[in-house]
Amino acid sequence: MAGATTAGRTHAPSASSKYFKKLSAKPGQIALALGIAVFLILFLVVPVGTVIYVAFTEKGTGEFTLVNFLDFAQTDLFIRSFWNSFYVSAMSVVVASVFALPLAYITTRFEFRGAMLIQTLGFLPLIMPPFVGAVAMLLLFGRNGTVNLFLDDWFGFKIPFMEGLNGVIFVQAVHYFPFILINLSAALRNIDRAMEEAAQNLGSSGFRLFRRIVFPLAMPGYIAGASLVFVKVFDDLATPLLLNVKDMLAPQAYLRVTSIGIADPMGYVISVVLICMSILAMWISAQAMRGKDYATVQRGGGGLAKRQMRPWESAIAYGAVLLILLLVLAPHIGLLLLSFATIWSFSPLPDAYTLAHYSRVFGESFVYVKNTMVYASIAGVIDVVLGTAIAYLVLRTKLIGREWLDWAATAALAIPGVVLGIGYLRTFYGVQLPDGTPLAALWIMIVLALAIRRLPYALRACYAALQQISVSLEEAAENLGATKVRTVRRIMLPLMAGGILAGFVTSFATAAVELSATLMLVQSNADAPLAYGLYVFMQSPAGRGPGAALGVIAVLLVALCTFASHLIIEKSQKAKAAGH
Amino acid sequence: MNQPFPISALGINAVDVDIRNVDLSYGANHVLKGINLHIRPGEFFAFLGPSGCGKTTLLRLIAGFNQADGGEVLVGGRDVSQLPPWKRDVGMVFQSYALWPHMTVRRNVAFGLEERKVPKAEIDKRVAAALELVGLAHLADRRPSQLSGGQQQRVAVARTIAIEPKVLLLDEPLSNLDAKMRVQVRRELRDLQQRLGLTTIFVTHDQEEANTICDRIAVMNDGIVQQVGTPMELYEKPANLFVANFLGTANILPGRVIREGGERFFDIEGGVRLPIPAHVVVPEGAKLVFRPQHASLGKNGTRDVSLPGTVVHSEFLGSTLRYGVRIGTAEISIDTPFHSGETLYEPGSPVEIGLSLRSALWLAS
Repeated sequence: MAGATTAGRTHAPSASSKYFKKLSAKPGQIALALGIAVFLILFLVVPVGTVIYVAFTEKGTGEFTLVNFLDFAQTDLFIRSFWNSFYVSAMSVVVASVFALPLAYITTRFEFRGAMLIQTLGFLPLIMPPFVGAVAMLLLFGRNGTVNLFLDDWFGFKIPFMEGLNGVIFVQAVHYFPFILINLSAALRNIDRAMEEAAQNLGSSGFRLFRRIVFPLAMPGYIAGASLVFVKVFDDLATPLLLNVKDMLAPQAYLRVTSIGIADPMGYVISVVLICMSILAMWISAQAMRGKDYATVQRGGGGLAKRQMRPWESAIAYGAVLLILLLVLAPHIGLLLLSFATIWSFSPLPDAYTLAHYSRVFGESFVYVKNTMVYASIAGVIDVVLGTAIAYLVLRTKLIGREWLDWAATAALAIPGVVLGIGYLRTFYGVQLPDGTPLAALWIMIVLALAIRRLPYALRACYAALQQISVSLEEAAENLGATKVRTVRRIMLPLMAGGILAGFVTSFATAAVELSATLMLVQSNADAPLAYGLYVFMQSPAGRGPGAALGVIAVLLVALCTFASHLIIEKSQKAKAAGH
Repeated sequence: MNQPFPISALGINAVDVDIRNVDLSYGANHVLKGINLHIRPGEFFAFLGPSGCGKTTLLRLIAGFNQADGGEVLVGGRDVSQLPPWKRDVGMVFQSYALWPHMTVRRNVAFGLEERKVPKAEIDKRVAAALELVGLAHLADRRPSQLSGGQQQRVAVARTIAIEPKVLLLDEPLSNLDAKMRVQVRRELRDLQQRLGLTTIFVTHDQEEANTICDRIAVMNDGIVQQVGTPMELYEKPANLFVANFLGTANILPGRVIREGGERFFDIEGGVRLPIPAHVVVPEGAKLVFRPQHASLGKNGTRDVSLPGTVVHSEFLGSTLRYGVRIGTAEISIDTPFHSGETLYEPGSPVEIGLSLRSALWLAS
């Protein structure tokens, strides 16, 4: 008996201390988590919640109602806008697939000299927002654009590439097809050669083998890319507006809020529809990926068998690749021409060339570039700080509810930019500084919106960086006497530096050309970022030249950043490989 | 050889495989150098060798995934060298199993039959038979990812057997299993092969695997077949130093043959001399090769010759003690049975080494 009691006594404290340790965390960690939570609630949950709340309540009384949605369903314009958005998104996926499939197939299945070139050039469209290219595309493919002028001269007919919805589809497909290309190529490359050989061994070959084995295995990658394209197109605001297509959902939401007023509920209803559609597309993508981690490459395996092309195959392949690359580069080439053009109208090429647009941009419009640098840098810093902190809390602590931070930050993916912009406007317009300026009018709001929009991407980069660090490296530091804080500072941050930097650059580069969230938040030209300036310039024929010059600067800026982040990632990977 | 008997639903006939003068290079890398092998009908045959010896290349060549630069492969008397993989009817089980993750076990197994446009009812029957054979009929509707490694391996075997291949090719089929599973699965494979009577070629770098389940082994190195024989033949009569070394532990003593007064002696490097029995043929430049159990420490009447040596270290292996002993400049291993209470030789102590020259070999290369 006595022995048992003693044993019980000696066990009690150790058991409780274990319990204690499991549930609690260092005060510093709790404070950090709370700080992040407050930030996310204030700048993501509340604005989005406000949008949803307004959509579901009666104007004035604040009572719950579905009348707004009924109105939406009974208004021809909105229903037409919905189907137009749906049609444009779906067709953009189809056209983007037409560009991406041959490129992915050729580069992964054959020994092809141009493979590296395609994989690199395929990223080019990503460094320019689609609306920037839209005007250039009008000049090249429009009714009286270069291509149609030639067609008319030679064959006597024109192709309506850019008429109405066609234009939006064409511009979006050219712009976003790399999402499909990248995902599909990765999926194809991740198929173990033995998968294909096993099928051949059992009697399968040619197209049947492709249909039954290769294609199903690459399917999840394709769906991931396709759903991403669908969401991006569905949410895009500036491209339809610039092409003067107003009966689509995102433009309607923007026009309702900016022209009728922030009290009008329809903008909010459309926002809810946009959120639902993007969640739906993500859900479909998740369903497609679920339980299908088809990355089947084994050690020593390595991708599908590549074979040499026969001469005629090679001729076709080069032809197809060249044509697609020309299309993809068309907006860039058009933009470059436009930025040097004096007048470019009803002619295949500009009438004459000038540097005037650049001098104008570097003179009066340089404020846009400066603003963009400032905004995107701050947003990038916010993102990597939050990203690193969340990654640390989730992966390295036992804090209760830490996953919620991750989920909340990632949920920003499902929020279209225009919705976030409307949410900020509604939420922060009522809140005023002592001098009476509404919070929503401050430029810092643009920065916060950008930071929230880019946070999911930066978070993934930080996760990846942290996951690569073995826990034992930290334990070794603690074992040698370093405290948690000092371990983070001296061991983890230096090891994560490459990943964090890459995350920053990604955030920075994409924030620099973001427009849909910020379009509504810009209150004066002095506070406007580059993308806004571009948008304003591009709306008038006279502004196209300077707009194009500004666009070229934006493209160069983002291209440099993308290249830098590529170098950084490669270098850190090399360093890691050398370390092992 | 066991007489093959067919499994009712799977009509398998044993055929032979003839590999004639097969040559293969990748650029300047000569991977297979004039391979000649004859694998008998119903035989369980192994390609054994270190990595890079060409064994997997040869197996893939039989399956049609590599094209030979010269020579031919005959399966059941028919030259298949010019056929694409999907027309060869040689079933291959891949090292990674290569089960298709988007299909159930049943669909995986049915695949080859569907490709052959076999009628539906026949497919069902043969799939059921193949899965029954490997004991996985109850898991037919699972996905490969829901199975253990051993089960996946058996599905891969069933998938291959279902098409009633002429020959079964196994590419290191045990390498992805843990040690315990390996022993079990290799018995199952042997058992299955015996029941089907299917000519089977097994690629491995593990001599124990090859020894335990194969009828005959081709030991390969540097793209050349070094020796073909039963496991025991290879162990007892290795044709060269490589085979002696690769199968089991071999002591190899370099030295020179000396003639003095009509008698021959072998001068081991480092100044130890032993007489060569009169009837033994010693090739030019030969080395003396013997197994650790063919020598003993201390005075021992059953050994032919005795040599002076020094104990360097000892390892306790359970039933035996393995001593490292220096003779001249070489170090050899000697196994002695372990008896409890036995006095051990300390490192550094001089010992008398007894050697059975009858069991020893003189190998030149």
